Amino acid sequence: MKKLKKFFGAAYLGLIFVFLYAPIVTLIVYSFNSGKGRQWTGFSFTWYEKLFNSASIGNAVGNTLSIALLSSIIATVIGVISCIGINALKNKSRAVYMAINNIPLLNSDLVTGLSLMLLFIAVGVTSGYPTVLLAHITFNVPYVILSVLPRLRQTNKSAYEAAIDLGAKPAYAFYKVVIPEIMPGIISGFLMAFTMSLDDFIITHFTKGPGINTISTLIYSEVRRGVKPDMNALSTIMFLSAIVLLVLSNLVSKKQVGEVKAAAGEKKSKQAV
Amino acid sequence: MKNKKLLSLPYLIWMIGFTVIPLILILWYGFVDSTGAFTWDNILAIFRSEHLKPLGISLALSAASTVLCLLIGYPLALILRKAHIKKSGLIIFVFILPMWMNFLLRTYAWLNLLDDGGLILNIAQALGFRGNIVGTNGAILLGMVYNYLPFMILPLHNSISAIDDNVLNAARDLGANETQVNTRVILPLSVPGIISGVTMVFVPSLTTFVISDILGGRKVLLIGNIIEQEFSTASNWNLGSGLSLILMVFILISMAILNRYDKEGSTLA
Repeated sequence: MKKLKKFFGAAYLGLIFVFLYAPIVTLIVYSFNSGKGRQWTGFSFTWYEKLFNSASIGNAVGNTLSIALLSSIIATVIGVISCIGINALKNKSRAVYMAINNIPLLNSDLVTGLSLMLLFIAVGVTSGYPTVLLAHITFNVPYVILSVLPRLRQTNKSAYEAAIDLGAKPAYAFYKVVIPEIMPGIISGFLMAFTMSLDDFIITHFTKGPGINTISTLIYSEVRRGVKPDMNALSTIMFLSAIVLLVLSNLVSKKQVGEVKAAAGEKKSKQAV
Repeated sequence: MKNKKLLSLPYLIWMIGFTVIPLILILWYGFVDSTGAFTWDNILAIFRSEHLKPLGISLALSAASTVLCLLIGYPLALILRKAHIKKSGLIIFVFILPMWMNFLLRTYAWLNLLDDGGLILNIAQALGFRGNIVGTNGAILLGMVYNYLPFMILPLHNSISAIDDNVLNAARDLGANETQVNTRVILPLSVPGIISGVTMVFVPSLTTFVISDILGGRKVLLIGNIIEQEFSTASNWNLGSGLSLILMVFILISMAILNRYDKEGSTLA
């Protein structure tokens, strides 16, 4: 009976595994197909060559990485500074801040994207790289605050006060005592912001204007036009680099990036409820 | 101490500028016509059949995908709980990994299997199936379940694996059988996870326009598609804003319902 149960359990896991990976494996296989259609016509690297020679894909990759990096760094700086301020507030005003902080997490991306688009139009800014960057910072800061503020609230105030008593200037004491204590929160907030920015399509779609593309918006315009085997090659490269990055980050730090993304999702839904 | 509080001000100004004011703009656009005069038309437009039908399909598909994800994800989380802790870390990693693949590429991947010449369509046709898979509600439902299943699995796994073994053993000692342990102990204790998972699947499913764009073959329109088109191609921002407000109402209603269950759940626990 127990064996039977175990067998069904394993079979169930196997089925879901196939469901999750079958499409990805298909993409990878097709990326090495020499033909354009869905018939297997032979092994080739044609689509990879096409991919690496495409200026638009190169541009999109550059934009995606620079927006993700810039927006998550700026969001982390804004987030940490605001956390210090929010932490010093009284309970009531802190609640107001947290309520505002939760709006982007609560709202659907569609509405967030549309509302930012309307804002940029109302102010008269032409959409482009800067508007995408501003939008990404806006949806990234709440993640940083959510991961830094709990850490900050847990820190021991006496250690900071002791440093002051021993003659440290407030800024020095903060840098030497508080920052190391909240560092794990800062790192997980930064990583969360970075992955959210990398992954975003909807908000970018509405704030980008016609001139620029990120990987997501480029894929969207390509995929709508039908079969695009170079997109298969792009998927393969992105999937493999995700695996490499995850394995590396697991080796480097004990804290799994998986947990970070999980936490991001958890928080997003927790705030929503 | 006083100057520390001031550090929170820039963020407040930022959030008012980039979150609160934009939402007020949607509210404003939703309640005026193109000349700027107050009107209910953009809100009432939801009752026109070309909008009501997509809203109905969206609600039905997002409810169905949420239920399916819950039905698929819950047994998985139970199995993971029973698996060896070391092993379950690896398994959960494997189940979350597809989340790192770009969302659009994940959806596009199904097109390779379901469209003309795709493996699944070929098999279905060999078995006597006539017609298309792409462009049906079923294809969109499949896309939703595929994309959002990890968002259901994670919170379920987190809440179910956090349940203390001693609690279950106590229930067994007091005479509960395995079914009772599952329904009377694990289920109520996992309510927060269920609620997280349901919100994380329902809201993006309800508002999606990408999945229906790629797997709907331009035949199925969801309410997300209608709103997106009003903003991008039709350039009727007033109508688009009005319909977005309706969508927000549905999101708020679903959250209010879930919130109630959460409270009942925690009193049960």
